[in-house]
Amino acid sequence: MNLRLTINGKEVAREVAAHHTLLEFLRDDVGLTGTKECCAEGECGACTVLLDGKAVNSCLVLAVETEGSAVTTIEGLEKDGQLDPLQQAFIDKGAVQCGFCIPGMILAAKYLLQENSNPTDAEIKQGLAGNLCRCAGYSRIIDAVREAGRAARQ
Amino acid sequence: MPPVNNLKDDKPKWVGQSLGRVGAEDRVTGRQKYAADLRIDNALQVKFVTVDCARARIIAIHTEAAAAVEGVRCILTSADLPQPVPKCGPAYDDRPVIAVGETRFHGEPVVVVAAETEDAAELAASLVRIEYEELPPVLTVEAALDPGSPLVQDHLQSNVLTENHFGWGDVDSAQAHCIVENDYTFPMVTHFAIEPHAFIAAPDPDGITIWSPIQHPYVLRRVVATALGWPVARVRIIAPDPGGGFGGKGWPKVEPLLAFLALRVGRPVRLVMSLEETFQAVRRASAKVHARTGFDADGRIVFQDLEANFLLGAYADIGPRVVSKASYSACGPYRAPHARVVSRALLSHTTPSTAFRGFGTPQASWAVESQLNEAAARLGLDRVEIRRRNVPAKGEEFIPNENGADGNWIESLEKAAAAVAWDVPLAPNRGRGISLGLKSSSTASASFALVRLHHDGSASVLSGTSDMGQGARTVFTQIVADELAIEPDQIVVVMGDTSVVPFDSSTSASRSTVFMGNAIIAACKHVQEQVAAIALEVGAGAEVPYEELLRAYYGSARGEVIGLGSARSAYVPGHPLGGKSAFWEMMAAAAEVEVDPETGMVDIRKLVLVSDVGKALNPMQVETQDEGSAVMGLGHTLMEQLLLDSHGRIRNLGALDYRIPTIEDIPAELHSFLIENEDGPGPSGAKGAGEGGLLSIAAAVGSAINQAVGVAIRDLPLTPERIWQAIQDRQT
Repeated sequence: MNLRLTINGKEVAREVAAHHTLLEFLRDDVGLTGTKECCAEGECGACTVLLDGKAVNSCLVLAVETEGSAVTTIEGLEKDGQLDPLQQAFIDKGAVQCGFCIPGMILAAKYLLQENSNPTDAEIKQGLAGNLCRCAGYSRIIDAVREAGRAARQ
Repeated sequence: MPPVNNLKDDKPKWVGQSLGRVGAEDRVTGRQKYAADLRIDNALQVKFVTVDCARARIIAIHTEAAAAVEGVRCILTSADLPQPVPKCGPAYDDRPVIAVGETRFHGEPVVVVAAETEDAAELAASLVRIEYEELPPVLTVEAALDPGSPLVQDHLQSNVLTENHFGWGDVDSAQAHCIVENDYTFPMVTHFAIEPHAFIAAPDPDGITIWSPIQHPYVLRRVVATALGWPVARVRIIAPDPGGGFGGKGWPKVEPLLAFLALRVGRPVRLVMSLEETFQAVRRASAKVHARTGFDADGRIVFQDLEANFLLGAYADIGPRVVSKASYSACGPYRAPHARVVSRALLSHTTPSTAFRGFGTPQASWAVESQLNEAAARLGLDRVEIRRRNVPAKGEEFIPNENGADGNWIESLEKAAAAVAWDVPLAPNRGRGISLGLKSSSTASASFALVRLHHDGSASVLSGTSDMGQGARTVFTQIVADELAIEPDQIVVVMGDTSVVPFDSSTSASRSTVFMGNAIIAACKHVQEQVAAIALEVGAGAEVPYEELLRAYYGSARGEVIGLGSARSAYVPGHPLGGKSAFWEMMAAAAEVEVDPETGMVDIRKLVLVSDVGKALNPMQVETQDEGSAVMGLGHTLMEQLLLDSHGRIRNLGALDYRIPTIEDIPAELHSFLIENEDGPGPSGAKGAGEGGLLSIAAAVGSAINQAVGVAIRDLPLTPERIWQAIQDRQT
């Protein structure tokens, strides 16, 4: 099937198999491998992207469902060579270890901050409860999101 | 000869600083390429076909329908491999590269399909029909010990693969005032790195290249070469940075099979495993530990009498080593005048167990630390005090003929106690617990490093270490920046390609900072010696920058200075582990919990970790390793366990049913403290770190739960049901 959508601000038109997920489409057809696959059943959050501004597990969305939508992946957060404040905060706060969960984690956090620019720690935890990390104790991730929120409000 | 080139300050400028993680930017932008992100032209996609039980006799394999799928290029069974089918493995050559005649665990590949697309491979795999007869499996410690059970490996006499006997003194005649005797169990758990395993194998003019997110590329090279019957020089391993390892990516698994497949089809082949397939590929050994511990009236340990049965899977993998190494130091960081440790590595029809952070020590620590807590209660002693009375002093030998205590361990104990306000009265349903953990380090291992000082004064470091999140690249950069007195942005650390980097034993046992770190320092010194000779020859002084010096010597922008360094942990023939422990990884954990007696739910209010690391070369990285390790420890303490059905299938296969800690499960307060007395054998007095954080989490939390609601549970994980049930049982 032919699919047209906007990915990271650019229009994309591609053939896609009807049964392929948005995750497969992004990674295999478009070549955007920053979005990661882990559980493929919507539990780990590694494949989180923004679909029309909302955080979704791209493994649970069929590619054809995104016709006409706008998708933001981790590759789309940098603007003019400048890291997004969330990306910078993840680096600065030591929130990154192996890094495999980080693209999904950052996009989930992006959505969280978009909806609530000044979240409490409990709200950060709730917002990222669907994103698994196996390296970290998570507390530095909370620090990073809190810091990015603070930076954005200033 | 004095050092030249501005040089190296006595006081380190970079080591000891929390330099930002090298590679962090690639990881927050999606640019970091993990194994599954690599695209190799012309690669076929691979899918395994398995049977739906652990143990089956293969009767026939029907591949006609699968072969008819468009795009299918190869359907491989054991019949297509050299006969007898090669067996290999890191410890014993006991695992056939594909199931032959009989499967031994659920998920063992029986047929391999290679096709032009993943869709075609998947469809074809679903159309392969395997006729089989299910056979009764061996799934538990009890079954594995029963002489009447079927043999997992027919050529052996029993399912006891190895049995170790360690000890000293005379346990049977030792007189104790109080004897504590209990059974403890530790569940099967899985690594659950967020990156599932992924591999590419490609024939090349020299032999074969394999991409694998392997922690130990040189072990993989050896095992693949052995399977193929080739010299190791013909096998090239490229190891992209793993997306989490934890031991699960340490040892070869299916790479030899993919090598045969790639050579058969003459094209690259790529396998990306699902998380479920990864669960079926690696796990931690479960264990049952029977502990009998004798104490005198003052709470001093008189004897430790331990019997530990570890349930390995169908093949040895590195399991026997896990068992011997963990049981060798199972008595923990304590004096025990008399000790007897019997440990067994048992085969079963389950996923082969492998290395997993802590390497068997958490299983033993759960028992031994819980014994101390029970003894304290029976003797009316404080749980900190009973430990204080048994911890060896710095330098004191606590295992005969082994390196003694290499730190002031009581300092760690007391710091942990203070950090949870040990003596402050508790609110109702709250409790505190404390526990120590001790793990031996790598023995009889070797690391080589090359440092190349380029003509412009920048440097490349070639190291066989894998950076799987622990931050080895960052630490090595800091070391070289100090040793060569150049800025970190002038240094690149190259890893993971056996055709480029020199030999390294492994990225395991928290050994890389110490051994690779020392090798890199030696390589830098070798560079400096050559630089000094060059300076002498060209008549340059100490202030001349490298670039000018090399230009003066080579005459143009060319040439380089190559330093080679190595470090090893001595091989000691006759030593039970092949060599002494170069350092001890020692940690103290203390927890405060609140338990809801109505539901059995545990809320970790506070968890503190104190690690004696000698010197933290990058404090933030060490702290984050410890924090992550501790939260991983909360997983096997509170929630994680693989459950098997009677067919040997994992019932909770995948992220939906197997729960690891989420961000909502972390302690309300989590603190990591470091003890830095610069008394380790590594750079600047460092010892290894990174595994310590989880060694004794279970016993600390278990003891806190006991204090909160008065129940002692000896089976992990401490689920709400178990706690609730124990509360009910106590009340009736």
